[in-house]
Amino acid sequence: MSQQTNPLGKQQEYYRKRYLRNLPTAFCTGCGNGSILGSFVRAVDALIVEKKLRKRDILCVSGIGCSAWIPSPYFKGDTLHTTHGRAIAFATGAKIMNPKLNVVVFTGDGDGAAIGGNHLIHAARRNIPMTVFLVNNMIYGMTGGQSAPTTPLHVRSTTYQRHPEPPFDLCRLALGAGASYVARWTTFHVDDIIASMKEALLHPGFAFVEIISQCPTYAARFFNEYKDALTPKEQEQFQRSPGAWMLKALKGKRTGKELDHPRYELTLKDRTIELGVFIREERITLTETLQALWK
Amino acid sequence: MRPGVYFVDGGIACAEGALYAGCRFFAGYPITPATSIVEWMAERLPQEQGYYVQMEDEIASMAAIIGASWAGGKAMTATSGPGFSLMQENLGYAYLTETPLVVVDAQRSGPSTGQATMPGQQDVMQARYGTHGDIAPIAFAPWSVQEMFDFTVHAFNYSEQFRTPVLVMADGEVSYMREPLQIPKQGALPITNRRSLTSKHPRTGEIFLRYEMPKFGDGHDLLVTGSAHRPTGVRDYSPRYHRATIHWLFEKQKEAGKALHQEGLDVESRHLDHAEAVIVSFGAAARPSYQAVLAARKTGESIGFVRLKTLWPFPEEQLARLFKDLKRIFVVEMNMGMMVREIERVGCEAQVIGIPKVGGEIHRSSEILQQIRG
Repeated sequence: MSQQTNPLGKQQEYYRKRYLRNLPTAFCTGCGNGSILGSFVRAVDALIVEKKLRKRDILCVSGIGCSAWIPSPYFKGDTLHTTHGRAIAFATGAKIMNPKLNVVVFTGDGDGAAIGGNHLIHAARRNIPMTVFLVNNMIYGMTGGQSAPTTPLHVRSTTYQRHPEPPFDLCRLALGAGASYVARWTTFHVDDIIASMKEALLHPGFAFVEIISQCPTYAARFFNEYKDALTPKEQEQFQRSPGAWMLKALKGKRTGKELDHPRYELTLKDRTIELGVFIREERITLTETLQALWK
Repeated sequence: MRPGVYFVDGGIACAEGALYAGCRFFAGYPITPATSIVEWMAERLPQEQGYYVQMEDEIASMAAIIGASWAGGKAMTATSGPGFSLMQENLGYAYLTETPLVVVDAQRSGPSTGQATMPGQQDVMQARYGTHGDIAPIAFAPWSVQEMFDFTVHAFNYSEQFRTPVLVMADGEVSYMREPLQIPKQGALPITNRRSLTSKHPRTGEIFLRYEMPKFGDGHDLLVTGSAHRPTGVRDYSPRYHRATIHWLFEKQKEAGKALHQEGLDVESRHLDHAEAVIVSFGAAARPSYQAVLAARKTGESIGFVRLKTLWPFPEEQLARLFKDLKRIFVVEMNMGMMVREIERVGCEAQVIGIPKVGGEIHRSSEILQQIRG
């Protein structure tokens, strides 16, 4: 499709020119990362237009994995692409040294919840002002479909015939660890993601946004489990667009209210994920308490 | 602290050296025998409008100082054996991304938890080869409280000058030992400050970095990555780019070696005129070694003393020159024999004999004398 006939062409061109580096995409066809990057630049652009944010103050930090490639190298701004799982720890140093920076961490479920889980809970406890976008695709995508801490029980991965562990509910983890802003969306809910990103970027404290994303290359295999139960039409949909089908099958539900225990069921029978903003609170932050020591 | 003479331990001297050099960010995790550095930094940094952060582990400490360095501050961490092992991966990241920072390892007797409170010199090869991949480190080895101060200042200067992590390989002995410390006036010791970004690529106008260090928040759109990359930061796995990067790291180390030699920071030698044998040592082990040399010379033995102030880059040429006409070289170190292998490589025709000691005790000068006379 040429630029002229694409109704979104002009809009895409606007964001691409201002916020993206001119590089070929590394993401698979149907991957959720593109939607997340698109949502991010829209949120950032809106805040810049509203004069609530300067582009030069944004620092994107990421670790290792597919999610890490969302800001680095694509976002045209300061980016720090770090070691596996340690993005939040790198970001902590940068934020404390220069509190003016608006620090944004992009991490994945393997990066942020397995190898980097410890840094996540401590950053939440410290309430250091930064935003963490945790892209949960329920699998290790970059290395080829191995089980992650978020992989649903009993599905098939490249390391287990039947994944033997229950999945991690990361919003409850963040809530328990003391994050002062917690939200969850799926890549299907782009408008909500953009609204949440805007809120999180301005939130004075530790903001955690979990974005359930589809991995049409590897995680789509989970749904082979249900294939027999599908109608021929659904099977055709699955074949055509496994990513879109995955999001539908997950049954994300908006709650519209603050919750201590948002539902997160990923069993074969019940696949209900409650979505929404679960907490927004203003609390004293680490940058404030550290500077208070100067007196 | 104000300029003057103080009676303090090596840890405090190290921390004061860091502050003298302009360090304003310290991330750490408590571990013996590096605690006095950590505690002193925690108390002093807020007084200097700096930040001390106690992280959740040493991995995070190393990560945080890299982040702080890219955010524009002079940053440091201090640890000991187990913590130094945990830092290795992110230390490799700092080498590849050419991040100026200082890491102090107050070595203790290992492996594993080992003798947690007792000194050792068993991490000297970890300093050289600890992280995966090819790196070219700079590592100092202080032997006194005064050198804990001085070498920390030098470490910051070299890290800024060459845009690289610099290690101070102290040990439990020099870290806890108390001696007089002379704190010089501001300006008495030269301080190298960060070179801000000036150079752009001649053709494309993109940022092109050698020794200049940009920082976040200046609108440079920095791409910093631990993956193989072009000079502009764009990830590129092609052999020629990565080869050039690694060669560049080694080139920098070579240049640093030359600068260290010019400043007299590579090797110290005493009583080498007409000596037939020499004791080579470094760090705390050099103290009884020097005592042994003095005792031996009193009884008429022609023995000299060489001390490595810098372990890496290994001062090969300098040592080869000093060792030229010697018959025997004794290498005293608190490990099973690590630097002795390096000495063997430059030992010319002399016979190289290691005097290792493990178990968390430093050598007695009588033990060393016995060995060289044996």
